Amino acid sequence: MTTSIKKLPDFEQVLSGNGACGGCPSTMALRIVGKALGPNAIMLLTPSCAVASMGMTPKLAYNWPCINVTFATAGSSASGITHALEIMKEKGRLQGELPTVFSWVGDGGTYDIGFQALSAAAERNDNMIHFCYNNEAYSNTGVQRSGATPRGSFTTTTPTGKRQPKKNMTRLMLEHNIPYVATATVAYPGDLYDKVIKAKSIPGMKYIEILAPCYLGWQFDMPETVKMSRMAVRSGAWLLWEAENGRISFNSPSSLIISGKREAEPVNEYVMRQGRFTRLFKSAAAESRIAEMQADIDCEIAFMRERAKITT
Amino acid sequence: MKSVTKAYQPISWPTKGAGGDTGSWRTHRPVVDSHICNKCQLCWVYCPEAVIERHEITIDYRYCKGCGVCAVECPTGAISMEKEE
Repeated sequence: MTTSIKKLPDFEQVLSGNGACGGCPSTMALRIVGKALGPNAIMLLTPSCAVASMGMTPKLAYNWPCINVTFATAGSSASGITHALEIMKEKGRLQGELPTVFSWVGDGGTYDIGFQALSAAAERNDNMIHFCYNNEAYSNTGVQRSGATPRGSFTTTTPTGKRQPKKNMTRLMLEHNIPYVATATVAYPGDLYDKVIKAKSIPGMKYIEILAPCYLGWQFDMPETVKMSRMAVRSGAWLLWEAENGRISFNSPSSLIISGKREAEPVNEYVMRQGRFTRLFKSAAAESRIAEMQADIDCEIAFMRERAKITT
Repeated sequence: MKSVTKAYQPISWPTKGAGGDTGSWRTHRPVVDSHICNKCQLCWVYCPEAVIERHEITIDYRYCKGCGVCAVECPTGAISMEKEE
């Protein structure tokens, strides 16, 4: 049972008047994450929208100690900090509970540029949480194609729509055999809160990926951020699951789609609302390219259904 | 010779309004009708800006960017977006 909204704590870790766009899914998700992590945490940021929304010196919009690191080093920097904290604790220079070290990184810093360091940190099983807020493009620099961009999506570097399917990062992290992997999205805050609370209690490397529909990059109307995130889950384009020690369990409503109790909504409705796919609809081969996208989603659902049966 | 012993400390501190008075970005202002509102707190949880007060459902217009997520997500339709003067 997910935590009810009314039971979420009162304190805010993301302060009002930050520099993010209106309707930004990153601050929306970070607020919920902040409620789960509490003030005793250290935040690492690679170049992303989250850094741009920190505000201007000498003011800071996030209520944590924040460290801005270079693009490729989210994993290795967090590793270094966790090791330093452990040694300080050992030497008696640090009293009380160790702070949670977490990185808040976009899909560029996770899928493409930061992958090597993240993979190495996962292999070392360092005690940290890596959050990837996935807006499926390099939105901070004006929407360029990234490894997370889905097939058919328009970006400034794929003007006719991306031809390749997206990389499946959550599954890659799952195969690193780390203690905890989860996916979440902004439309289900109770689910996200529970996953962060669980991740906080587990020692070792944790990876949580949050789908963040960026209205600027995806080209839909600004107030529909949460709606779009919900549509992604209902159409099966984004599955909500968590894996503790490689054991996958699905969360509602994705569990209903996986078990066959509810049909996934056709991808058309979800795709139609986004400006980044409109060129696709206007092209001559529109039907076959939408069929390709639907096939990608169906394939992923079928794969995850079977993958969940493997428990090691 | 000038001394270089400088105390290093964090140069940014958490404060509200790190991006300025972001309320000036707004084109439409969310207005809550307290008679229809059933205090479900969905607007509070989805607000990316943390400007909605949780129990009374009042909005801090100094920082509200007017994105309209609260108005779309409100199940009773108690929040309407009114054009800014």
